[in-house]
Amino acid sequence: MFDVAIIGAGVVGCAVAYELSQYELRVVLIEKENDVAMGASRANTAIIHGGYDPEPHTLMGKLNVEGMRRCFKLCEELDVQHIKTGSWVVAFDEAQRATLELLLEQGIANGCEGLEILDGDVVRSREPNLSDDIVAALWIPESGVLNPWEFALAMAEVAVRNGVTFMPNTKVCGMSWQDDHYEIKSCVIGAGSCASANESELENGKHDTSCSAAKAAMPEKITTICSRYVINAAGVESDRIHNMVAPPAFDIVPTRGEYYLLDGTAAGRIVSSVIFPCPTCAGKGITVSPTIHGDFLVGPNSEVIGDREDTSVTRDALLDIAQKARQIVPNLNVRTSIRNFAGVRSNSTYGDFFIAKSATNFIDLAAIKSPGLTCAPAIARIAREILGEEGVLRERRKDWRGGRRIVRFKEIPEGERAAFVREHPLYGRVICRCETITEGEIVASMKREIPPVSIDGVKRRTGTGMGRCQGGFCGPRVLEILARESGHEPLNIVEDGCGSTILVGETKDPRSREVSHK
Amino acid sequence: MKMYDDYELIVIGGGPAGLGAALSAREHGLERILIVERDVELGGILNQCIHNGFGLHYFGEELTGPEYAARLIDRLEGQAIDVLCDTMVLELIPGEQGHTVRLMSMAEGYRSVGSRAVILAMGCRERTRGAIQIPGTRASGVFTAGTAQRYVNIEGYMVGKRVIILGSGDIGLIMARRMVLEGATVLACVEIMPHSGGLTRNIVQCLQDFDIPLYLSHTITKIEGRQRVEKVTVQEVDDHFNPIDGTEIVFDVDTVLLSVGLIPENELSRAAGVEMDPKTSGPIVFENGETSVSGIFACGNVLHVHDLVDYVTTESEGAGKAAAEYVLRCAHTSHKRTCEKTPYISLVKDETVTYTVPQRIRVQCVDDHVRVFFRVKTPYKTPRRIVFRDGDRVIASFRRPYMTPGEMEHVTLKREQLDEVLGDELTISVEEIR
Repeated sequence: MFDVAIIGAGVVGCAVAYELSQYELRVVLIEKENDVAMGASRANTAIIHGGYDPEPHTLMGKLNVEGMRRCFKLCEELDVQHIKTGSWVVAFDEAQRATLELLLEQGIANGCEGLEILDGDVVRSREPNLSDDIVAALWIPESGVLNPWEFALAMAEVAVRNGVTFMPNTKVCGMSWQDDHYEIKSCVIGAGSCASANESELENGKHDTSCSAAKAAMPEKITTICSRYVINAAGVESDRIHNMVAPPAFDIVPTRGEYYLLDGTAAGRIVSSVIFPCPTCAGKGITVSPTIHGDFLVGPNSEVIGDREDTSVTRDALLDIAQKARQIVPNLNVRTSIRNFAGVRSNSTYGDFFIAKSATNFIDLAAIKSPGLTCAPAIARIAREILGEEGVLRERRKDWRGGRRIVRFKEIPEGERAAFVREHPLYGRVICRCETITEGEIVASMKREIPPVSIDGVKRRTGTGMGRCQGGFCGPRVLEILARESGHEPLNIVEDGCGSTILVGETKDPRSREVSHK
Repeated sequence: MKMYDDYELIVIGGGPAGLGAALSAREHGLERILIVERDVELGGILNQCIHNGFGLHYFGEELTGPEYAARLIDRLEGQAIDVLCDTMVLELIPGEQGHTVRLMSMAEGYRSVGSRAVILAMGCRERTRGAIQIPGTRASGVFTAGTAQRYVNIEGYMVGKRVIILGSGDIGLIMARRMVLEGATVLACVEIMPHSGGLTRNIVQCLQDFDIPLYLSHTITKIEGRQRVEKVTVQEVDDHFNPIDGTEIVFDVDTVLLSVGLIPENELSRAAGVEMDPKTSGPIVFENGETSVSGIFACGNVLHVHDLVDYVTTESEGAGKAAAEYVLRCAHTSHKRTCEKTPYISLVKDETVTYTVPQRIRVQCVDDHVRVFFRVKTPYKTPRRIVFRDGDRVIASFRRPYMTPGEMEHVTLKREQLDEVLGDELTISVEEIR
């Protein structure tokens, strides 16, 4: 029996787990994918929003500035890569200049500090690649970019370190209230060891996170998780989870956004801060922003889609994004693209975050759309307060251990590298040459609280394969290290989610031959 | 402490280019040479090219990739050339008196090593899906052909059972055959251009001989599959490479191999301030392979992407010789950079030619002749003339029976022809024979 079950290990679920891990509570974090931050938390613009955009009466408006400041603080405390770049909203005519005035007022009402509207020439003196047609821009100094999946992961790691149970590969398929607790019916997907995990293993937090072979071949098992409280942080699935225990109150309107990732080494220094166009009813528009890896993100568009998991990219959307981005940065060269991706926003018919106690011992942190990443720590604070009012939070953990430090070879000062590598030889072997990521970093990531189980899991933790060759060189090497350190067969190592196999058999192995269709 | 003359020459990369350059530099009198290789053994990409067809021009016999590499590696025996494998060069810092190379390995740790001259021989990398923006899901099963080749030939694993190849570059063609030989089904090779990007012999031996259809002027417009690739849509493209509606062909495949181009690996060169040619994505070089930074030379696929390793070897030997001459000249004259202030002529290309290497020729530094490599922009099935002009005056003219962009061409310009050039430009063009 758990005290609190959090459904969904996106950035919101991880922030809640981090917050609750500081109390004497039995907490379980349930995730249907094989890692944290596998939905919108992994595929977004990675921006810590300043707080000028949401209307002040909304929860988004109330939580943005608090969330932004807590984000920066948490990034420092948990060693999450981030840059306080500041951001601009640019105006192309006088009507848009008037919009900037409105945004300025809205920002002040939301608690933003240091906002100012500057003329086009001043803007271009600080961002020389911006269009000559820009007449003015709103400067938002308190904002920036971060590594979004590392942010979620860091909070989850601290949570697990302090006793929170992480259950990946576990999809909630039903829930019922039983006098004093919920029975959460879950479908466990994954390898044999995964499916055979019994309740005691689960409660001990010893959960095999491996997944292997084709999904079709995977055993699935229904398991029941019992918990007194349930927190719905299921993102794009949050209406379905809500509807399991409460009357329908909102519908998720899955809204896809597509992106280009441009190579910083080839594209040059396009921008040094986040550039937004003036917002419209469709959202904050196509932005051009730097990433913490030194690359550039261009996007997203906004398209309502039927399939909540459809993160495919389309030719039309990409062409549209490129064209719109060139209005802001005319010399933008999408030929320097190293990757395209898409994320699905949890927009909803409700229009704001849906945060409420919707049923007995059931708290919705639902319909979290942009600026949800920024607001996550503030949303977690609200969840903690609701549980406090319920009398669930008994006492703080006296042995709680916070903080997190990651060794990144690239960040070691030139003068200290030789001594460091002498002491830690694994950091002397570069595995990912584009991003200069060493074997030491990969092995260290596998020894932390939530080890990676896929090539992309290593990528999210260390940055391998993020660069211009997209893992062409390091992929086979990461696979080898992952197999070696985890004790799994190379054939069972996946690219990303369960079933995303890489190798299908050994050479000269009859199993790897196609069965003739004739 | 910076010891800029730890070595006379550091060669970055121990593939065919680096080996050829180091051996040649040794032969031309250098005594302190270091080769730095990031893989655990020398040989570079040749080690995974287990097919034959290498060495016909240089060794006069047909070898496999590993055999070709072994010939060069064997020549290192007794040459007193230092080799560091499993070692990555992190930075190249040019200096007035010599250059500093920051390198790192598990065995040697992190070190700065100085050298009078440096040869860039880092090879190239493959263009990826992100670079060409293939629409669709992020499913696994999309590999660059070279990565697949490594898994199959070095690691001993198969990467798929039903395969489609995008791009008709040589590695893609070779891998089409390789996958069939390992029991996979290769359903098609799809090329966006109206002509193949690979060598004719590979089209014949790797596709035609195995009944693999080649779709020219086609491309992949959609990849489907939530976890692993399940389906791929191929469409014909118009003259502007836009997909034509109604031409969709759907293939049930679990694997997509990409052979959509190679990019010289020049991050070190760029960071060192070496001037680059946007057409080759490699350094701009003079007649002897020297880059815009005095004492830094380039050869092999880091300079421009070759079709045949034999030409890499020849080119590298030239760079090795030039680096040796540079070092010995520095040692024997007070004028450290004899050639640096020497005037040069630029090779200018018209719209028929994609690029030339070298891009610049210092006529005074040419002993006897210069070999100019180039690629044509479109295929020519009938004879053409390659004409070099100084203004309106024809300086040299060569005849070729046929030419194609997939096959690198070269011609030799004699010193006496170059002496005829009065201006500072020499224009190359492909013309009809009248």
